[in-house]
Amino acid sequence: MSFDFLSILAQWPLLLRGAAWTIGLTALATLFGATLAVAGAWARSQGPRPLGWLVGAYVELIRNTPFIVQLFFIFFGLPELGIRLSPGVASVCAMTINLGAYATEILRAGIEATPRGQIEAAQSLALSRTQIFLHVVLPPALKTVWPALVSQIVIVMLGSAVCSQISTEELSYATNLIQSRNFRAFEAYIVGTLGYLGLAILLRHLLNWAGPRFLFGR
Amino acid sequence: MSATLQAAPAPTAGPVPRGDAGAHTQVGAPILRITALRKSYGAHEVLKGIDLDVARGEVVAIIGKSGSGKSTLLRCINGLEVFQQGSLIVDGRHLLHDNPKAMRELRQGVGMIFQSFNLFPHLTVGQNVMLAPHLVKRRGRAQNAERARALLARVGLSEKFDAMPDKLSGGQQQRVAIARALAMDPAIMLCDEITSALDPELVGEVLRVVESLADEGMTLLMVTHEMSFARKVADRVIFMHQGLVHEMGPPETIFGAPQTPELRQFLGLMEGSAA
Ligand SMILES: Nc1ncnc2c1ncn2[C@@H]1O[C@H](COP(=O)(O)OP(=O)(O)OP(=O)(O)O)[C@@H](O)[C@H]1O
Ligand SMILES: [Mg+2]
Repeated sequence: MSFDFLSILAQWPLLLRGAAWTIGLTALATLFGATLAVAGAWARSQGPRPLGWLVGAYVELIRNTPFIVQLFFIFFGLPELGIRLSPGVASVCAMTINLGAYATEILRAGIEATPRGQIEAAQSLALSRTQIFLHVVLPPALKTVWPALVSQIVIVMLGSAVCSQISTEELSYATNLIQSRNFRAFEAYIVGTLGYLGLAILLRHLLNWAGPRFLFGR
Repeated sequence: MSATLQAAPAPTAGPVPRGDAGAHTQVGAPILRITALRKSYGAHEVLKGIDLDVARGEVVAIIGKSGSGKSTLLRCINGLEVFQQGSLIVDGRHLLHDNPKAMRELRQGVGMIFQSFNLFPHLTVGQNVMLAPHLVKRRGRAQNAERARALLARVGLSEKFDAMPDKLSGGQQQRVAIARALAMDPAIMLCDEITSALDPELVGEVLRVVESLADEGMTLLMVTHEMSFARKVADRVIFMHQGLVHEMGPPETIFGAPQTPELRQFLGLMEGSAA
Protein backbone atom coordinates (compact mmCIF):
# COMPACT_ATOMS: atom_id res chain seq x y z
CA MET A 1 0.00 0.00 0.00
CA SER A 2 1.48 3.34 -0.95
CA PHE A 3 0.29 6.86 -0.26
CA ASP A 4 0.45 9.69 -2.66
CA PHE A 5 -0.13 12.99 -0.89
CA LEU A 6 1.79 14.95 -3.49
CA SER A 7 -0.84 14.43 -6.14
CA ILE A 8 -3.39 15.93 -3.71
CA LEU A 9 -1.22 18.85 -2.70
CA ALA A 10 -0.47 19.53 -6.34
CA GLN A 11 -4.08 20.68 -6.50
CA TRP A 12 -3.37 23.43 -3.99
CA PRO A 13 -5.07 26.21 -5.96
CA LEU A 14 -8.35 24.26 -5.72
CA LEU A 15 -7.84 23.58 -2.02
CA LEU A 16 -6.93 27.17 -1.30
CA ARG A 17 -9.99 28.39 -3.17
CA GLY A 18 -12.13 25.98 -1.17
CA ALA A 19 -10.65 27.13 2.12
CA ALA A 20 -11.19 30.75 1.11
CA TRP A 21 -14.86 29.97 0.43
CA THR A 22 -15.23 28.28 3.81
CA ILE A 23 -13.65 31.26 5.54
CA GLY A 24 -15.79 33.72 3.60
CA LEU A 25 -19.04 31.85 4.30
CA THR A 26 -18.18 31.59 7.99
CA ALA A 27 -17.18 35.25 8.28
CA LEU A 28 -20.42 36.48 6.72
CA ALA A 29 -22.60 34.02 8.64
CA THR A 30 -20.89 35.01 11.90
CA LEU A 31 -21.38 38.70 11.24
CA PHE A 32 -25.05 38.41 10.24
CA GLY A 33 -25.84 35.55 12.62
CA ALA A 34 -24.42 37.36 15.65
CA THR A 35 -26.37 40.50 14.77
CA LEU A 36 -29.51 38.42 14.39
CA ALA A 37 -28.78 36.81 17.75
CA VAL A 38 -28.39 40.14 19.55
CA ALA A 39 -31.73 41.27 18.15
CA GLY A 40 -33.30 37.90 18.95
CA ALA A 41 -31.96 37.82 22.50
CA TRP A 42 -33.20 41.36 23.07
CA ALA A 43 -36.64 40.46 21.76
CA ARG A 44 -36.83 37.34 23.91
CA SER A 45 -35.62 38.95 27.14
CA GLN A 46 -37.03 42.48 26.99
CA GLY A 47 -38.84 43.04 23.72
CA PRO A 48 -42.61 43.16 23.23
CA ARG A 49 -44.32 39.88 24.09
CA PRO A 50 -45.57 38.88 20.60
CA LEU A 51 -42.13 39.51 19.12
CA GLY A 52 -40.60 37.38 21.86
CA TRP A 53 -42.93 34.50 20.98
CA LEU A 54 -42.14 34.84 17.30
CA VAL A 55 -38.42 34.66 18.00
CA GLY A 56 -39.04 31.70 20.30
CA ALA A 57 -40.80 29.86 17.49
CA TYR A 58 -37.96 30.61 15.10
CA VAL A 59 -35.38 29.32 17.58
CA GLU A 60 -37.30 26.10 18.19
CA LEU A 61 -37.88 25.55 14.47
CA ILE A 62 -34.20 25.84 13.64
CA ARG A 63 -32.88 23.94 16.63
CA ASN A 64 -35.15 20.98 15.95
CA THR A 65 -34.54 20.47 12.24
CA PRO A 66 -31.41 19.33 10.37
CA PHE A 67 -29.18 21.97 8.84
CA ILE A 68 -29.21 20.23 5.46
CA VAL A 69 -33.01 20.49 5.31
CA GLN A 70 -32.82 24.19 6.12
CA LEU A 71 -30.25 24.63 3.38
CA PHE A 72 -32.27 22.66 0.80
CA PHE A 73 -35.40 24.58 1.69
CA ILE A 74 -33.65 27.87 0.99
CA PHE A 75 -31.92 26.69 -2.18
CA PHE A 76 -34.52 24.36 -3.72
CA GLY A 77 -37.70 25.41 -1.91
CA LEU A 78 -37.67 29.18 -2.11
CA PRO A 79 -37.46 29.33 -5.94
CA GLU A 80 -41.06 28.08 -5.88
CA LEU A 81 -41.87 31.48 -4.35
CA GLY A 82 -39.76 33.21 -6.97
CA ILE A 83 -36.80 33.67 -4.64
CA ARG A 84 -33.83 32.30 -6.56
CA LEU A 85 -30.49 32.44 -4.75
CA SER A 86 -27.01 31.50 -5.92
CA PRO A 87 -25.38 28.61 -4.01
CA GLY A 88 -23.11 31.04 -2.17
CA VAL A 89 -25.91 33.36 -1.07
CA ALA A 90 -28.16 30.45 -0.12
CA SER A 91 -25.33 28.99 1.96
CA VAL A 92 -24.74 32.26 3.81
CA CYS A 93 -28.47 32.59 4.46
CA ALA A 94 -28.80 29.07 5.80
CA MET A 95 -25.73 29.41 8.01
CA THR A 96 -26.87 32.82 9.28
CA ILE A 97 -30.33 31.59 10.17
CA ASN A 98 -28.88 28.51 11.80
CA LEU A 99 -26.26 30.34 13.86
CA GLY A 100 -28.75 33.09 14.70
CA ALA A 101 -31.09 30.63 16.39
CA TYR A 102 -28.49 28.86 18.50
CA ALA A 103 -26.70 32.09 19.38
CA THR A 104 -29.99 33.73 20.41
CA GLU A 105 -30.46 31.07 23.08
CA ILE A 106 -26.82 31.25 24.19
CA LEU A 107 -26.90 35.03 24.46
CA ARG A 108 -30.25 35.06 26.23
CA ALA A 109 -28.78 32.99 29.03
CA GLY A 110 -26.00 35.57 29.43
CA ILE A 111 -28.44 38.46 29.38
CA GLU A 112 -30.64 36.90 32.03
CA ALA A 113 -27.60 36.42 34.26
CA THR A 114 -27.12 40.21 34.51
CA PRO A 115 -27.36 41.21 38.17
CA ARG A 116 -30.51 43.25 38.79
CA GLY A 117 -28.46 45.83 40.67
CA GLN A 118 -26.45 46.81 37.61
CA ILE A 119 -29.60 47.53 35.66
CA GLU A 120 -30.98 49.55 38.56
CA ALA A 121 -27.74 51.52 38.79
CA ALA A 122 -28.01 52.30 35.08
CA GLN A 123 -31.66 53.31 35.47
CA SER A 124 -30.70 55.61 38.35
CA LEU A 125 -28.15 57.22 36.06
CA ALA A 126 -31.00 58.06 33.67
CA LEU A 127 -29.93 55.74 30.86
CA SER A 128 -32.70 54.75 28.44
CA ARG A 129 -33.76 51.13 28.00
CA THR A 130 -31.83 50.82 24.76
CA GLN A 131 -28.72 52.38 26.25
CA ILE A 132 -28.92 50.02 29.21
CA PHE A 133 -29.17 47.02 26.88
CA LEU A 134 -26.32 48.06 24.62
CA HIS A 135 -23.90 49.47 27.18
CA VAL A 136 -24.65 47.71 30.46
CA VAL A 137 -26.31 44.37 29.74
CA LEU A 138 -24.87 43.21 26.43
CA PRO A 139 -21.08 43.49 26.98
CA PRO A 140 -20.92 41.42 30.19
CA ALA A 141 -23.43 38.96 28.70
CA LEU A 142 -21.20 38.50 25.65
CA LYS A 143 -18.24 37.99 27.92
CA THR A 144 -20.07 35.34 29.96
CA VAL A 145 -21.23 33.34 26.96
CA TRP A 146 -18.26 33.96 24.67
CA PRO A 147 -16.77 30.44 25.02
CA ALA A 148 -20.16 28.87 24.14
CA LEU A 149 -20.63 31.31 21.28
CA VAL A 150 -17.18 30.59 19.87
CA SER A 151 -17.93 26.85 19.95
CA GLN A 152 -21.18 27.42 18.13
CA ILE A 153 -19.48 29.48 15.43
CA VAL A 154 -16.91 26.72 14.96
CA ILE A 155 -19.73 24.18 14.67
CA VAL A 156 -21.36 26.29 11.98
CA MET A 157 -18.03 26.60 10.14
CA LEU A 158 -17.61 22.83 10.16
CA GLY A 159 -21.27 22.42 9.20
CA SER A 160 -20.67 24.54 6.11
CA ALA A 161 -19.20 21.37 4.56
CA VAL A 162 -22.81 20.42 3.88
CA CYS A 163 -23.09 23.39 1.54
CA SER A 164 -21.11 21.41 -1.04
CA GLN A 165 -24.42 19.58 -1.57
CA ILE A 166 -25.77 22.61 -3.42
CA SER A 167 -22.40 22.96 -5.18
CA THR A 168 -21.01 25.78 -3.10
CA GLU A 169 -17.32 25.46 -3.85
CA GLU A 170 -16.01 25.37 -0.31
CA LEU A 171 -13.30 23.18 1.16
CA SER A 172 -15.16 19.86 1.20
CA TYR A 173 -16.39 20.50 -2.36
CA ALA A 174 -12.78 20.97 -3.41
CA THR A 175 -11.75 17.80 -1.58
CA ASN A 176 -14.52 15.78 -3.23
CA LEU A 177 -13.58 17.14 -6.60
CA ILE A 178 -9.92 16.17 -6.19
CA GLN A 179 -10.65 12.62 -5.05
CA SER A 180 -13.13 12.12 -7.88
CA ARG A 181 -10.41 13.10 -10.33
CA ASN A 182 -7.55 10.97 -9.03
CA PHE A 183 -9.38 8.38 -6.87
CA ARG A 184 -7.04 9.05 -3.95
CA ALA A 185 -9.89 9.22 -1.43
CA PHE A 186 -7.80 8.34 1.61
CA GLU A 187 -5.22 11.04 1.02
CA ALA A 188 -7.76 13.60 -0.18
CA TYR A 189 -9.90 13.29 2.94
CA ILE A 190 -6.88 13.38 5.22
CA VAL A 191 -5.83 16.64 3.61
CA GLY A 192 -9.41 17.92 3.83
CA THR A 193 -9.63 16.89 7.47
CA LEU A 194 -6.38 18.65 8.31
CA GLY A 195 -7.65 21.70 6.48
CA TYR A 196 -10.79 21.87 8.64
CA LEU A 197 -8.78 21.16 11.76
CA GLY A 198 -6.42 24.01 10.99
CA LEU A 199 -9.25 26.41 10.16
CA ALA A 200 -11.16 25.51 13.32
CA ILE A 201 -8.15 26.05 15.56
CA LEU A 202 -7.39 29.33 13.83
CA LEU A 203 -10.97 30.50 14.12
CA ARG A 204 -11.08 29.66 17.83
CA HIS A 205 -7.90 31.61 18.49
CA LEU A 206 -9.05 34.53 16.41
CA LEU A 207 -12.39 34.79 18.22
CA ASN A 208 -10.87 34.31 21.66
CA TRP A 209 -8.51 37.15 20.86
CA ALA A 210 -11.03 39.46 19.22
CA GLY A 211 -13.89 39.14 21.73
CA PRO A 212 -12.24 40.79 24.74
CA ARG A 213 -10.49 43.27 22.49
CA PHE A 214 -13.42 44.62 20.53
CA LEU A 215 -16.62 43.49 22.19
CA PHE A 216 -16.55 43.40 25.94
CA GLY A 217 -13.27 44.66 27.38
CA ARG A 218 -10.87 42.82 29.62
CA MET B 1 -53.45 55.42 65.94
CA SER B 2 -49.72 55.71 66.41
CA ALA B 3 -48.12 58.82 67.79
CA THR B 4 -46.80 59.92 64.44
CA LEU B 5 -45.04 63.23 64.69
CA GLN B 6 -45.35 65.12 61.45
CA ALA B 7 -42.81 67.73 62.37
CA ALA B 8 -41.92 68.91 58.89
CA PRO B 9 -39.56 71.81 59.40
CA ALA B 10 -40.95 75.23 58.67
CA PRO B 11 -39.06 76.82 55.79
CA THR B 12 -37.39 79.29 58.10
CA ALA B 13 -36.39 76.62 60.58
CA GLY B 14 -34.85 74.47 57.87
CA PRO B 15 -31.11 74.11 57.79
CA VAL B 16 -29.22 76.79 55.96
CA PRO B 17 -28.02 75.48 52.61
CA ARG B 18 -24.29 75.31 52.74
CA GLY B 19 -21.62 75.73 50.10
CA ASP B 20 -22.30 75.76 46.38
CA ALA B 21 -25.77 74.25 46.61
CA GLY B 22 -27.00 77.76 47.20
CA ALA B 23 -26.31 78.72 43.59
CA HIS B 24 -29.64 77.51 42.20
CA THR B 25 -31.67 77.64 45.37
CA GLN B 26 -35.25 78.76 45.17
CA VAL B 27 -35.71 79.89 48.71
CA GLY B 28 -38.39 77.95 50.54
CA ALA B 29 -39.25 75.40 47.83
CA PRO B 30 -38.50 71.88 49.05
CA ILE B 31 -36.30 69.90 46.69
CA LEU B 32 -38.30 66.79 47.47
CA ARG B 33 -41.98 66.71 48.33
CA ILE B 34 -43.69 63.42 49.03
CA THR B 35 -47.41 63.54 49.66
CA ALA B 36 -49.62 60.71 50.93
CA LEU B 37 -47.52 58.08 49.20
CA ARG B 38 -48.80 54.51 49.38
CA LYS B 39 -47.08 51.49 47.93
CA SER B 40 -47.99 47.81 48.07
CA TYR B 41 -46.61 44.59 46.71
CA GLY B 42 -49.76 42.73 45.81
CA ALA B 43 -51.97 42.76 48.90
CA HIS B 44 -49.06 43.66 51.18
CA GLU B 45 -49.01 47.38 51.83
CA VAL B 46 -45.44 48.44 52.53
CA LEU B 47 -45.74 52.26 52.58
CA LYS B 48 -48.94 53.42 54.18
CA GLY B 49 -49.11 57.13 53.46
CA ILE B 50 -45.77 58.89 53.61
CA ASP B 51 -45.59 62.68 53.80
CA LEU B 52 -42.14 64.14 53.64
CA ASP B 53 -40.56 67.41 52.56
CA VAL B 54 -36.82 67.75 52.21
CA ALA B 55 -35.21 71.16 51.92
CA ARG B 56 -32.32 71.94 49.63
CA GLY B 57 -29.01 71.11 51.26
CA GLU B 58 -30.67 69.15 54.01
CA VAL B 59 -29.17 65.90 55.26
CA VAL B 60 -31.83 63.40 56.29
CA ALA B 61 -31.10 60.06 57.91
CA ILE B 62 -33.73 57.34 57.78
CA ILE B 63 -33.63 54.68 60.47
CA GLY B 64 -35.95 51.84 61.38
CA LYS B 65 -36.31 48.11 61.73
CA SER B 66 -35.78 45.68 58.89
CA GLY B 67 -38.90 45.57 56.74
CA SER B 68 -40.19 48.96 57.83
CA GLY B 69 -40.07 50.20 54.24
CA LYS B 70 -36.91 52.35 54.22
CA SER B 71 -35.47 50.95 51.00
CA THR B 72 -38.85 50.93 49.34
CA LEU B 73 -39.31 54.62 50.13
CA LEU B 74 -35.89 55.51 48.73
CA ARG B 75 -36.52 53.45 45.61
CA CYS B 76 -39.83 55.18 45.02
CA ILE B 77 -38.04 58.54 44.86
CA ASN B 78 -36.18 57.68 41.64
CA GLY B 79 -38.84 55.44 40.20
CA LEU B 80 -37.17 52.08 40.75
CA GLU B 81 -40.43 51.14 42.47
CA VAL B 82 -43.86 52.12 41.24
CA PHE B 83 -46.24 53.42 43.89
CA GLN B 84 -50.01 53.23 43.68
CA GLN B 85 -51.12 56.41 45.44
CA GLY B 86 -49.82 59.82 46.35
CA SER B 87 -47.48 62.20 44.59
CA LEU B 88 -43.78 62.79 44.51
CA ILE B 89 -42.03 65.91 43.24
CA VAL B 90 -38.27 66.20 42.86
CA ASP B 91 -36.78 69.59 42.07
CA GLY B 92 -40.08 70.76 40.63
CA ARG B 93 -40.65 67.66 38.50
CA HIS B 94 -43.56 65.34 39.11
CA LEU B 95 -42.68 61.67 39.07
CA LEU B 96 -44.60 60.12 36.17
CA HIS B 97 -44.05 56.39 35.92
CA ASP B 98 -45.55 55.88 32.51
CA ASN B 99 -43.55 58.64 30.81
CA PRO B 100 -40.03 57.31 30.12
CA LYS B 101 -38.74 60.70 29.02
CA ALA B 102 -39.99 62.44 32.15
CA MET B 103 -38.55 59.61 34.25
CA ARG B 104 -35.12 60.03 32.67
CA GLU B 105 -35.23 63.77 33.29
CA LEU B 106 -36.21 63.29 36.90
CA ARG B 107 -33.53 60.66 37.41
CA GLN B 108 -30.84 63.01 36.15
CA GLY B 109 -31.50 65.04 39.27
CA VAL B 110 -31.47 62.07 41.64
CA GLY B 111 -28.28 60.14 42.34
CA MET B 112 -28.46 56.77 44.04
CA ILE B 113 -25.81 54.74 45.84
CA PHE B 114 -26.55 51.10 46.58
CA GLN B 115 -25.46 48.73 49.28
CA SER B 116 -23.84 46.46 46.67
CA PHE B 117 -21.98 49.22 44.72
CA ASN B 118 -23.26 47.94 41.35
CA LEU B 119 -20.34 49.17 39.29
CA PHE B 120 -20.34 48.05 35.67
CA PRO B 121 -17.81 45.21 35.72
CA HIS B 122 -16.73 45.44 32.07
CA LEU B 123 -15.78 49.12 32.28
CA THR B 124 -12.78 50.74 33.92
CA VAL B 125 -13.31 53.03 36.89
CA GLY B 126 -13.01 56.07 34.64
CA GLN B 127 -15.45 54.61 32.09
CA ASN B 128 -17.91 53.83 34.89
CA VAL B 129 -17.91 57.49 35.86
CA MET B 130 -18.07 58.78 32.28
CA LEU B 131 -20.72 56.46 30.81
CA ALA B 132 -23.88 58.28 31.88
CA PRO B 133 -22.65 61.84 31.25
CA HIS B 134 -21.55 60.68 27.79
CA LEU B 135 -24.80 58.90 26.90
CA VAL B 136 -27.32 61.05 28.71
CA LYS B 137 -25.80 64.51 28.92
CA ARG B 138 -23.77 64.21 25.69
CA ARG B 139 -20.84 65.67 27.56
CA GLY B 140 -17.80 66.08 25.31
CA ARG B 141 -14.99 63.54 25.57
CA ALA B 142 -12.29 65.82 26.98
CA GLN B 143 -14.59 67.61 29.38
CA ASN B 144 -16.06 64.30 30.51
CA ALA B 145 -12.65 62.81 31.24
CA GLU B 146 -11.53 65.93 33.07
CA ARG B 147 -14.66 65.90 35.22
CA ALA B 148 -14.30 62.18 35.95
CA ARG B 149 -10.70 62.67 37.07
CA ALA B 150 -11.71 65.55 39.30
CA LEU B 151 -14.50 63.51 40.89
CA LEU B 152 -12.25 60.50 41.42
CA ALA B 153 -9.72 62.81 43.05
CA ARG B 154 -12.47 64.10 45.29
CA VAL B 155 -13.23 60.60 46.56
CA GLY B 156 -9.52 59.89 46.91
CA LEU B 157 -9.10 57.58 43.94
CA SER B 158 -7.35 59.65 41.29
CA GLU B 159 -4.80 56.88 40.63
CA LYS B 160 -7.53 54.30 39.88
CA PHE B 161 -8.88 55.88 36.68
CA ASP B 162 -7.80 52.95 34.49
CA ALA B 163 -8.35 50.17 37.04
CA MET B 164 -11.07 47.56 36.65
CA PRO B 165 -13.70 47.53 39.44
CA ASP B 166 -12.95 43.96 40.53
CA LYS B 167 -9.40 45.03 41.41
CA LEU B 168 -10.69 47.46 44.03
CA SER B 169 -11.65 46.94 47.66
CA GLY B 170 -15.30 47.32 48.62
CA GLY B 171 -14.66 50.74 50.10
CA GLN B 172 -12.95 51.88 46.92
CA GLN B 173 -15.76 50.50 44.75
CA GLN B 174 -18.32 52.35 46.82
CA ARG B 175 -16.37 55.58 46.45
CA VAL B 176 -16.29 55.06 42.68
CA ALA B 177 -20.06 54.58 42.80
CA ILE B 178 -20.35 57.92 44.59
CA ALA B 179 -18.18 59.62 41.96
CA ARG B 180 -20.28 58.00 39.24
CA ALA B 181 -23.48 59.39 40.75
CA LEU B 182 -21.94 62.84 41.25
CA ALA B 183 -20.91 62.97 37.58
CA MET B 184 -24.57 63.52 36.68
CA ASP B 185 -24.71 66.61 38.90
CA PRO B 186 -27.67 65.38 40.92
CA ALA B 187 -29.63 67.77 43.07
CA ILE B 188 -30.26 65.06 45.63
CA MET B 189 -28.46 61.85 46.55
CA LEU B 190 -30.10 58.72 47.91
CA CYS B 191 -27.94 56.31 49.89
CA ASP B 192 -29.32 52.93 50.90
CA GLU B 193 -27.17 51.37 53.62
CA ILE B 194 -24.10 52.08 51.59
CA THR B 195 -21.66 50.74 54.17
CA SER B 196 -23.56 47.58 55.11
CA ALA B 197 -21.68 45.36 52.68
CA LEU B 198 -18.27 46.63 53.77
CA ASP B 199 -15.71 45.19 56.13
CA PRO B 200 -15.69 47.32 59.32
CA GLU B 201 -12.28 48.81 58.57
CA LEU B 202 -13.53 50.15 55.21
CA VAL B 203 -16.64 51.87 56.53
CA GLY B 204 -14.83 55.00 57.63
CA GLU B 205 -13.40 55.94 54.24
CA VAL B 206 -16.87 55.87 52.66
CA LEU B 207 -18.55 57.76 55.48
CA ARG B 208 -15.88 60.46 55.27
CA VAL B 209 -16.77 61.00 51.61
CA VAL B 210 -20.48 61.21 52.45
CA GLU B 211 -19.72 63.67 55.21
CA SER B 212 -17.74 65.85 52.84
CA LEU B 213 -20.72 65.86 50.47
CA ALA B 214 -22.94 66.96 53.32
CA ASP B 215 -20.48 69.71 54.21
CA GLU B 216 -20.51 70.94 50.64
CA GLY B 217 -24.25 71.36 50.67
CA MET B 218 -25.46 68.25 48.84
CA THR B 219 -29.00 67.23 49.68
CA LEU B 220 -28.74 63.75 51.14
CA LEU B 221 -31.33 61.14 52.02
CA MET B 222 -29.66 58.18 53.60
CA VAL B 223 -30.91 54.95 55.08
CA THR B 224 -28.35 53.92 57.63
CA HIS B 225 -27.65 51.65 60.55
CA GLU B 226 -24.65 53.77 61.54
CA MET B 227 -26.36 55.62 64.38
CA SER B 228 -23.33 57.63 65.45
CA PHE B 229 -22.87 58.80 61.86
CA ALA B 230 -26.54 59.80 61.58
CA ARG B 231 -26.23 61.69 64.81
CA LYS B 232 -23.14 63.55 63.64
CA VAL B 233 -24.07 64.38 60.05
CA ALA B 234 -27.87 64.50 59.79
CA ASP B 235 -29.91 67.65 60.12
CA ARG B 236 -32.99 65.53 60.66
CA VAL B 237 -33.63 61.91 61.50
CA ILE B 238 -36.68 59.98 60.40
CA PHE B 239 -37.72 56.84 62.22
CA MET B 240 -39.84 54.57 60.06
CA HIS B 241 -42.08 51.95 61.55
CA GLN B 242 -44.50 49.65 59.68
CA GLY B 243 -44.57 51.73 56.54
CA LEU B 244 -45.05 55.10 58.21
CA VAL B 245 -42.91 57.99 59.34
CA HIS B 246 -43.33 57.23 63.01
CA GLU B 247 -41.14 59.89 64.54
CA MET B 248 -39.04 62.65 63.10
CA GLY B 249 -36.83 65.40 64.41
CA PRO B 250 -33.31 66.69 64.89
CA PRO B 251 -30.80 64.01 65.89
CA GLU B 252 -30.46 65.34 69.43
CA THR B 253 -34.16 64.80 70.05
CA ILE B 254 -34.52 61.50 68.21
CA PHE B 255 -31.54 59.93 69.93
CA GLY B 256 -31.62 61.94 73.14
CA ALA B 257 -35.33 62.12 73.88
CA PRO B 258 -37.27 59.59 71.82
CA GLN B 259 -41.02 60.14 72.19
CA THR B 260 -42.57 56.82 71.14
CA PRO B 261 -42.06 53.41 72.73
CA GLU B 262 -41.33 51.95 69.27
CA LEU B 263 -38.38 54.29 68.74
CA ARG B 264 -37.15 53.71 72.29
CA GLN B 265 -37.28 49.98 71.70
CA PHE B 266 -35.51 50.31 68.35
CA LEU B 267 -32.71 52.43 69.80
CA GLY B 268 -32.35 49.97 72.63
CA LEU B 269 -31.97 47.15 70.14
CA MET B 270 -29.40 49.07 68.14
CA GLU B 271 -27.35 49.76 71.27
CA GLY B 272 -27.57 46.10 72.20
CA SER B 273 -26.29 44.95 68.84
CA ALA B 274 -23.52 47.54 68.78
CA ALA B 275 -22.17 46.43 72.16
N1 LIG C 1 -39.90 43.12 45.46
C1 LIG C 1 -40.66 42.88 46.54
N2 LIG C 1 -41.74 42.08 46.46
C2 LIG C 1 -42.51 41.83 47.55
N3 LIG C 1 -42.29 42.36 48.75
C3 LIG C 1 -41.24 43.17 48.90
C4 LIG C 1 -40.37 43.47 47.82
N4 LIG C 1 -39.40 44.31 48.25
C5 LIG C 1 -39.66 44.50 49.56
N5 LIG C 1 -40.76 43.83 49.94
C6 LIG C 1 -41.34 43.85 51.31
O1 LIG C 1 -41.58 45.18 51.66
C7 LIG C 1 -41.29 45.40 53.01
C8 LIG C 1 -40.34 46.57 53.17
O2 LIG C 1 -39.10 46.24 52.57
P1 LIG C 1 -37.87 47.22 52.53
O3 LIG C 1 -36.82 46.57 51.76
O4 LIG C 1 -38.32 48.56 52.09
O5 LIG C 1 -37.48 47.30 54.08
P2 LIG C 1 -36.23 48.00 54.73
O6 LIG C 1 -36.77 48.92 55.76
O7 LIG C 1 -35.34 48.59 53.72
O8 LIG C 1 -35.53 46.78 55.46
P3 LIG C 1 -33.98 46.45 55.63
O9 LIG C 1 -33.51 47.21 56.83
O10 LIG C 1 -33.97 44.97 55.89
O11 LIG C 1 -33.28 46.82 54.37
C9 LIG C 1 -40.77 44.09 53.56
O12 LIG C 1 -41.82 43.45 54.24
C10 LIG C 1 -40.38 43.32 52.34
O13 LIG C 1 -40.57 41.96 52.57
MG1 LIG D 1 -33.40 48.11 52.98
